Amino acid sequence: MIRRFADWLDRQTGIRGLLHAALDEPIPGGASFAYVFGSGLLFLFISQVITGVFLALYYVPSADHAHTTVAYIVKEVSSGSFVRSIHVYGSSAIIIVLLLHIAQTILFGSYKGPRHLLWLSGCVLFALMLAMAFTGYLLPWDQKAYFATAVSTNIFVLPVVGPWIKAFVRGGNELGTLTISRFFVAHVFVLPALIFAFVATHVYLFRRAGASGAPVPRRTAAESFYPRQLVMDMAFAALLVLALGALAQWTPAELGPEANAADTHFLPRPEWYYVPIFQWLKYWPGDRAVVGIFVIPTIVALLFAALPFLDHGTERRPWRRPWSVGACAALMIALVTLGVRSREQDRSDPAVARQLDAQRDAVRAYMAEAFEPQESAGSLRVANASLAAVANPLTARGQKVFGEQSCDVCHGPDGHGSDSGPSLVGAAARHTEGELSRIIKTPTQKMSDSGMQPLDISDDDLAALTAYVSMLK
Amino acid sequence: MSEVTFSSARPTETRRSFLGALIAMGTATVGAILAIPLARLTLDPLWRTTTQILWSDAGPAKDFAALTAPVRVQITIEQRDGWRKVLSDKALYVVKGSDGRPRVLSAVCPHLGCSIGWNEDRRQFVCPCHNGVFAADGTLMSGPPPRGMDELDAMVEDGRLKVRYQYFRQLVPTKEIIA
Repeated sequence: MIRRFADWLDRQTGIRGLLHAALDEPIPGGASFAYVFGSGLLFLFISQVITGVFLALYYVPSADHAHTTVAYIVKEVSSGSFVRSIHVYGSSAIIIVLLLHIAQTILFGSYKGPRHLLWLSGCVLFALMLAMAFTGYLLPWDQKAYFATAVSTNIFVLPVVGPWIKAFVRGGNELGTLTISRFFVAHVFVLPALIFAFVATHVYLFRRAGASGAPVPRRTAAESFYPRQLVMDMAFAALLVLALGALAQWTPAELGPEANAADTHFLPRPEWYYVPIFQWLKYWPGDRAVVGIFVIPTIVALLFAALPFLDHGTERRPWRRPWSVGACAALMIALVTLGVRSREQDRSDPAVARQLDAQRDAVRAYMAEAFEPQESAGSLRVANASLAAVANPLTARGQKVFGEQSCDVCHGPDGHGSDSGPSLVGAAARHTEGELSRIIKTPTQKMSDSGMQPLDISDDDLAALTAYVSMLK
Repeated sequence: MSEVTFSSARPTETRRSFLGALIAMGTATVGAILAIPLARLTLDPLWRTTTQILWSDAGPAKDFAALTAPVRVQITIEQRDGWRKVLSDKALYVVKGSDGRPRVLSAVCPHLGCSIGWNEDRRQFVCPCHNGVFAADGTLMSGPPPRGMDELDAMVEDGRLKVRYQYFRQLVPTKEIIA
């Protein structure tokens, strides 16, 4: 029965050929745990896509709602915090596994042979993943998201085009709701589409060139991908699941208080993988900033991408390639040093340390608060008008008079009118204050014709009532 | 690069299919476990009542002491709509009960949810959508609605009439609270 179904499926789809091509790929020297990082990255990316889609069930990309909806996910929705944590920690996991994947490629000289484009497509994927992390960071619209992005979008320091690029990225001069829209579109539509395309290219180029195997050919014979390498890949995936699941369960990702642009004390600190760059920028003040922010990183990135072209020849043993391996190791050491240095500076300055502690406490306090649903604008007009009225003693008195004199019977409880009387909203725009007082006390002919009665009230009450009517919105 | 040759010590077919079954089972198990939080997240709205309705104020009780005809009252209730709070205006009718105390009827037609109006000339409630007709006390007189107008919980507290606004399932003969 199963056999017949499998035969039918194979006739329709050629599935056996596909499976054969996928599973029986030869691995020179046999399966190894050194080769699990590529499939681990694919696994993590798919996990990000799935969790991202589910988070989008509740997330709203606008400055008014982004923070509330993320808070709703974190504090109210069942498993919301867990799924978001998998997504947040997943982005860090991708960077870690990506670095391991790159380190393995460089050490093994796996970019040699007809694999230049394979390497370049990987470089593009690296950049796309960093862009995903960058755009995703803003979306919760909490304090650290807001201020970190405000700083990081300021790095477009190039003369002439710099300000233009910055405004393009931000959707204006300031960070705001248009910035969220832009980052959201990049994060969920543009970048994932590009990543899918480049992953397909990367895998195709990899399969075309074949696995490169260890730098020193192992004496063991080649082995097909299935079953041992697949088991290793899946063991690694299971390890990733366990690690992410444990983190998400026991130290769920936090959400800070909503972004407040007026906060002048907030010290933004980027996600750990951007800390070295953050620290690097400290050394490039004013007029030389463009060198540090643009020129040097561009040269480093280009040299990195050009690695297979610079390190040519067939030698793959790392100890025989001191320049390429050494340069990459030096770059890595420099980045780690910058990161450590940043931490040290934050700790050594008491004012900074205190502020960072205060920020951490604020995040914790916010996380401990119960979810506060957002007041929706339109339907709350009544409540808002009342609140505004109460805030001012004069208008509060006026609101009371409005009820006592039964103005609400015709003009509605909030002055928005009813079947028997017109709305009073905007009356202040049509009349001066003196005029308004006068016609409230002694209606015009037209007003009395439609049923408005003269009011017999004290001057104080009349002034209060006029103030109340004037502020109706 | 050394020439790629398949090992002669290739795993036997039995071992290959055993590992295959192991992989399939492992994947299915892990996949099922991972699907649980996603399912919970997706189904979350089904498990929570969308509204949190408390007692709403319908006005001074003395206004309803000597009713000769149903009075239309508008109340404002606060509802939860996912992550937001909305205030919405709801119409209801206060009628005189047999014991003289005010009874409160929802203006939502139990047929398909149109707003029922009081027709002063006919002294009947009439639903404008499908001609459901109700007596002044809300009992069904004619038309497609499956039951009379829904009575809401009401009480008098501190001289004011308080109402608990609720929604009821439509198109069923008995009153079932849905929110």
